[in-house]
Amino acid sequence: MAQQATAGRRYLRAFVSGFFVSVPVTVTFLDRFAYVARVEGASMQPFLNPEGGSECDVVLLNRWSVRNYQVQRGDIVSVVSPRNPQQKIIKRVIGLEGDFIRTLGYKNRYVRIPDGHFWIEGDHHGHSLDSNSFGPVSVGLIHGRASHIIWPPNRWQRIKPSLPPNRGPLDTKEEEE
Amino acid sequence: MFHRVLWKTLGFMGYTIQYGCIAHCAFEYIGEFVVCSGPSMEPTIVNQDVVFSERMSRHLCKIKKGDIVIAKSLYDPNMNICKRVVGLEGDKICTSAPSGLFKTHTYVPKGHVWLEGDNPRNSTDSRNYGSIPYALIRGRVCLKLWPLQSFGTLGESPTKRIIKNQSDSNSD
Repeated sequence: MAQQATAGRRYLRAFVSGFFVSVPVTVTFLDRFAYVARVEGASMQPFLNPEGGSECDVVLLNRWSVRNYQVQRGDIVSVVSPRNPQQKIIKRVIGLEGDFIRTLGYKNRYVRIPDGHFWIEGDHHGHSLDSNSFGPVSVGLIHGRASHIIWPPNRWQRIKPSLPPNRGPLDTKEEEE
Repeated sequence: MFHRVLWKTLGFMGYTIQYGCIAHCAFEYIGEFVVCSGPSMEPTIVNQDVVFSERMSRHLCKIKKGDIVIAKSLYDPNMNICKRVVGLEGDKICTSAPSGLFKTHTYVPKGHVWLEGDNPRNSTDSRNYGSIPYALIRGRVCLKLWPLQSFGTLGESPTKRIIKNQSDSNSD
């Protein structure tokens, strides 16, 4: 009887101490280093979710690389939606602060992105709720940078920053315009 | 001898990581201490006051009108601002000067809040740059800790900018 009691208490102590180690470490890791997210919707087709509803892509979000709010043009980032603070949206960065860009369906045809903001767009224009609807997004809303596609296994790849054609900032494309 | 030093070092590193993670969880989900600077919230909070801002209201989306919040600055995310919430999403805010003849109004968009400092003459806030997204809010200031003679919870807004019941003000 006494042996069962002490074994039970030892088990409880081991469980409680394990809990207090694993929960903060896991939460800190998910907040500071990396996060896994499922991509839903068609706004980034054909790059993410090319088949549509049947199997959604799962991406690895790198939170350490955005701790100083540094992103490049062409990165795919996860951002807290300005319209709904409980929802996160995954889009591509098209322009950074100070860039002069041409918009697709925004209230102004040309926009100069203010300080501390950036411009995000989904690859599937017309099916995407992005900066063309709500304007430049504050850099403080950035959540993470999608670095790899990790599911389904046949789409395992590293995501490289790439701008869609003709969507770059206007002041650096001197030879084309 | 070498093995003991190695195991001691690993044990020390393990404890450091564990306590560092507990500290991160405490500052991220419970609350943090903030030193305020600037005159924009006088007389409620003056320069060099230390306040405690709790994080749970922000994660549970329970920030209410009249709360003092710490938020990331709209133009520089590494800087924080401390202002009072004057309007939530859907509220009507009067943007004209109080002494002006024609009154202009604006509505706070969905997912945004309207912040104003308690010292309207000396504060850059939503009257200058518009409403800010709710997700930029970091925490709600609930307790003033320093200086000790003004220790305690913070009072209501000294300006008359907060309209408590929106349904009453629709009669004009």
